[in-house]
Amino acid sequence: MNLTLRIWRQSGPQDKGRMVAYQVDDVSPDMSFLEMLDVLNERLILSGEEPVAFDHDCREGICGMCGLMINGEAHGPQRGTTACQLHMRQFSDGDTIDIEPWRARAFPVVKDLVVNRGAFDKIIAAGGYITAPTGSAPEAHATPVAKADADAAFEAAACIACGACVAACPNGSGMLFTAAKLTQLSLLPQGQPERYTRVIGMVDAHDEAGFGGCTNAGECTAVCPKGIPLNTIGRLNRDYLKATAKGAGTPGS
Amino acid sequence: MAVTGILLVLFLIAHMLGNLKIFTGETAFDHYAHWLRGLGTPLLPETWFLWIQRTVLLAAVLGHIVAATVLAVRARAARPVRYAHRKAVRGSYAARTMRWGGVIILLFVIYHILDLTTGHLNPQGDSANPYGNVVADFAPERWYVTLFYTLAIVALGFHLRHGAFSAFRSLGQQTPGGERRARAAALVFAVVLCVGYLVVPFAVLTGLVA
Repeated sequence: MNLTLRIWRQSGPQDKGRMVAYQVDDVSPDMSFLEMLDVLNERLILSGEEPVAFDHDCREGICGMCGLMINGEAHGPQRGTTACQLHMRQFSDGDTIDIEPWRARAFPVVKDLVVNRGAFDKIIAAGGYITAPTGSAPEAHATPVAKADADAAFEAAACIACGACVAACPNGSGMLFTAAKLTQLSLLPQGQPERYTRVIGMVDAHDEAGFGGCTNAGECTAVCPKGIPLNTIGRLNRDYLKATAKGAGTPGS
Repeated sequence: MAVTGILLVLFLIAHMLGNLKIFTGETAFDHYAHWLRGLGTPLLPETWFLWIQRTVLLAAVLGHIVAATVLAVRARAARPVRYAHRKAVRGSYAARTMRWGGVIILLFVIYHILDLTTGHLNPQGDSANPYGNVVADFAPERWYVTLFYTLAIVALGFHLRHGAFSAFRSLGQQTPGGERRARAAALVFAVVLCVGYLVVPFAVLTGLVA
């Protein structure tokens, strides 16, 4: 396959950045998208040019490190798949592929396609944990958890914090991420003591980080490589309403 | 958004049911319009109820617009650098036309009040004969009024389809099954309201109401 790539190049946070076109020939349809970028980078290095910076780690679709806007879709055209697990057979010979970083004020570009997702850490630090020391795994029958709750909590816990929800959201909102990180705790016994301060703290941190507000457009779920369902945000909303009614403060207050 | 939206939706339902009284004939419709002015008497002086309702609605409209503006401003600020290549939004058409749809509805409401409440833009404009005003308004030679009315109501239908679902969600609808029901209910509600509002001008246009 011969492809034309148009890639966002930005030398650093201060640089204005621009789309640059590259021709990549002899791409195997069995390559992953990131392997194709590796091939491009090797050629760029051989010709003395600066390689394209992009985030990646496990390349197994479970670490949440990779994240590219491919032809205007977060993680590319294949649903339920991270960019590293996307293969070139999804494209055709002669295609032009636009590759951009996640675009959000809360995710400033570090270089080329690499963005700083530290804003997610701030949301987690504002309540996405439990403070009780839980020790080793308890006897499984000691605290029964309803199967439906366990399943929903596990579904939410599949979030890998890649940021695709923010990238795809027309409002630049990180609500699906925030809701997933809340739900994995709010449906389980360990998460109960801090349930209502947690939701206030995390939503406040979300807003302070400069993410937009949720309008239930549903773009996030469509691109989420882990298929976090949209109703997770409803769980956040309900907890938030209860927390406001109770007058629950932020964690530690 | 959800709370002010619900207030406005309650009014829309009452207003639609009131409109449908046009099918009961001129006397009944005019009597209904007159009765509205005296609603709440003798507890309240004449037309006070209407003014209280108008104040509440105006507050709801302003609250709705303020909340929408805050969301729009935050959305713009949250993405200072736009994408060079952006796929069309995968979500529903209704979801992505909320903002401009809302503007169209607002413009329509202003026109609608000047037309059928104050009578300034109505060809008859006789406050004692609302039935005649409606018939004169949607007369076949004034097809452009009917067209604008239809466009505005369809815009309202789309707005309600996403708005009603979104209100359920904002107020804590949280299960996947509930989401399907909420979406279905929002769609049915939007269609019923659209049809309920559109039968009146089309009945006048086709001569069913004259």
